[in-house]
Amino acid sequence: MDAIGQAFADLERYFFNIEILRDTIPQLLPALLVVFEILFLSLLFSFLGGLTLALVRLVPLRPLRWLVGAYVDFFRALPLLLLLTYIYYGLGLFGSTTGLRFLILDPIPAAILGITITYSAYSAEIFRAGISSVPHGQMEAARSLGMNNYKAMLHVVLPQTMRIVVPPLTNELIAMIKDTALASVITTPELLFRSREIMGLKANPTPLTAAAILYVAFTLPLIRVAARLERRYGKGARPVGM
Amino acid sequence: MDQPLIRLEGVHKCFGDLEVLRGIDLEVRRSEVVVVIGPSGSGKSTMLRCINGLEPIQGGRIFIEGVDITSSKTDINQIRQKVGMVFQQFNLFPHKTALENLTLSPMKVQGKSRSEAEQIGQDLLAKVGLSEKADEYPGTLSGGQQQRVAIARALAMQPDMMLFDEVTSALDPELVADVLNVMKDLAREGMTMVVVTHEMGFAREVGSRLIFMDEGVIVEEGDPRLMIENPSEERTQKFLGMVL
Repeated sequence: MDAIGQAFADLERYFFNIEILRDTIPQLLPALLVVFEILFLSLLFSFLGGLTLALVRLVPLRPLRWLVGAYVDFFRALPLLLLLTYIYYGLGLFGSTTGLRFLILDPIPAAILGITITYSAYSAEIFRAGISSVPHGQMEAARSLGMNNYKAMLHVVLPQTMRIVVPPLTNELIAMIKDTALASVITTPELLFRSREIMGLKANPTPLTAAAILYVAFTLPLIRVAARLERRYGKGARPVGM
Repeated sequence: MDQPLIRLEGVHKCFGDLEVLRGIDLEVRRSEVVVVIGPSGSGKSTMLRCINGLEPIQGGRIFIEGVDITSSKTDINQIRQKVGMVFQQFNLFPHKTALENLTLSPMKVQGKSRSEAEQIGQDLLAKVGLSEKADEYPGTLSGGQQQRVAIARALAMQPDMMLFDEVTSALDPELVADVLNVMKDLAREGMTMVVVTHEMGFAREVGSRLIFMDEGVIVEEGDPRLMIENPSEERTQKFLGMVL
C-alpha cells in the first residue's frame, strides 16, 4: 500500500506539481500569444493559398494544372518538420554563407511560412473537393442567367463550397494548432519550446503539463466555435430536389 | 416579316463518337410556342442546351435574334440574358432565398439596384403564386414550388424567349398542373417559348407548333392539334401511341 501511495505522490510531484504549475502558466502566456500569432497568420495565408490553388486547378491550361497538382502532392507528402528545418536551418545556412541575407528568417516567420506552404496544399484538396461537390447544374443555371464564369463562381459555386468545407477545415485547424508545436524545433518561442526550457530550469516535467492544459484549453473552445459556424453555414443547405 | 428569334442551320452535335444532333434546321418566330417531343435520347434536350450555348456544337450555326452565337466574337453572356432557361432539376441556388434567387442575376449581371431587382422579383413571385415564399430557402419548398421559382428566376432577367427542358418530368403528378398553368399563362401573354415536354395536353392547348424528334433529326412538325390527331410519319404515330 505504501509503495503505491509513494508512486502516486511521485507522479503528482513530477507531473502535476501545483506549485510549479502555478509558477509556470503565467510564464507560458507569451508563448501562447506566439502560438496565436503563428496560427492566425498561417490559417489566413493557407486559406487564401489553398483557395487560389484550387481555383487555378480549374483553369483549362494543362501545364498550370499539372504544376498545381505537383505542388499539392509534394507538400502533402513532405513531413512538415523537415520543411521547417529546411526553411530555418537550410536556408539560413545557405543565406549566411552566400550573403543572401534575406533568406535568413527569424523562427516565427519561418514557422508561418512552413505551415502555410504545407497547409495550403491540404486546403487546396479540401476546396477542390468542395467545389466539385457543388452540382454541375448550379454552374449551368448561373451561366444560363448570363453570369460569366467568374461571377458564377463568386456568387453561386463558392458560397456553396464554403459551407461544404467548414467541417474539413475545422479538422485542419485542429491539426494546425497541434502542428505549431513542431516549430519548437526551430527555436520558435512557442508553448512546447518554452515549457521544455522551464522543465530544464525546474528539473521537473510539470511545465509540460501546463503546456498541455493550455493547448487543450484553447483548442476545445475553438472546436465549439467551429461547430457553431458549421450549423450557421448549414442554414438552407438541405438538398434541393424532389 | 421580321427575323426569327431563334434559327438553327444544320446543327450537328457529338458527344465523342455519338452523334446526338444530325443536322437540325429550325426557326422560331416571336410569340411562337414550339413544343418538342420525342423518345429519350432523341436529342431534344441537347438541342435546347445548344440554343443557350450550354453545349458547343460541331457543325452548323445557331442565331439568336440574328446574332450567330457560335461565332467566337459573340458575347454568349449577353445572348443568354435574352434567353431564359428552366431545367428539369430546377437548379435553384440553395444558399439563397426564393427572392434572392430572382434578384441575384439582375443585380450582378444587369447592374440593377437592389430595390429595383426586388420589385421585379416580388412581382414575378406573385405571378407564379408564391409571394408568401419570398424569404424561404429552396430546400423548404416543394418541387412544384421550386420549379415555379425557377421560372420566375429566368423571367427576372426579362428575356425575349424561354427554353423549358422537361420542367415537369421530375415532379409528382399533383404538382405538374401548377407549373403548366404558369407556362400556359406565359404562352398566352405572347412569350416566345421552346418547350421540351411529354405533356401533350399542354401542346394541344397552347402550342403553336409541334416538333417530333428522333435519333437526332426533326422527323415531323406541324400544328399540334392536327399532328396529334393525325400524324403522317410512322415513327410519330408509334411515339404518340405510347405517350397518349
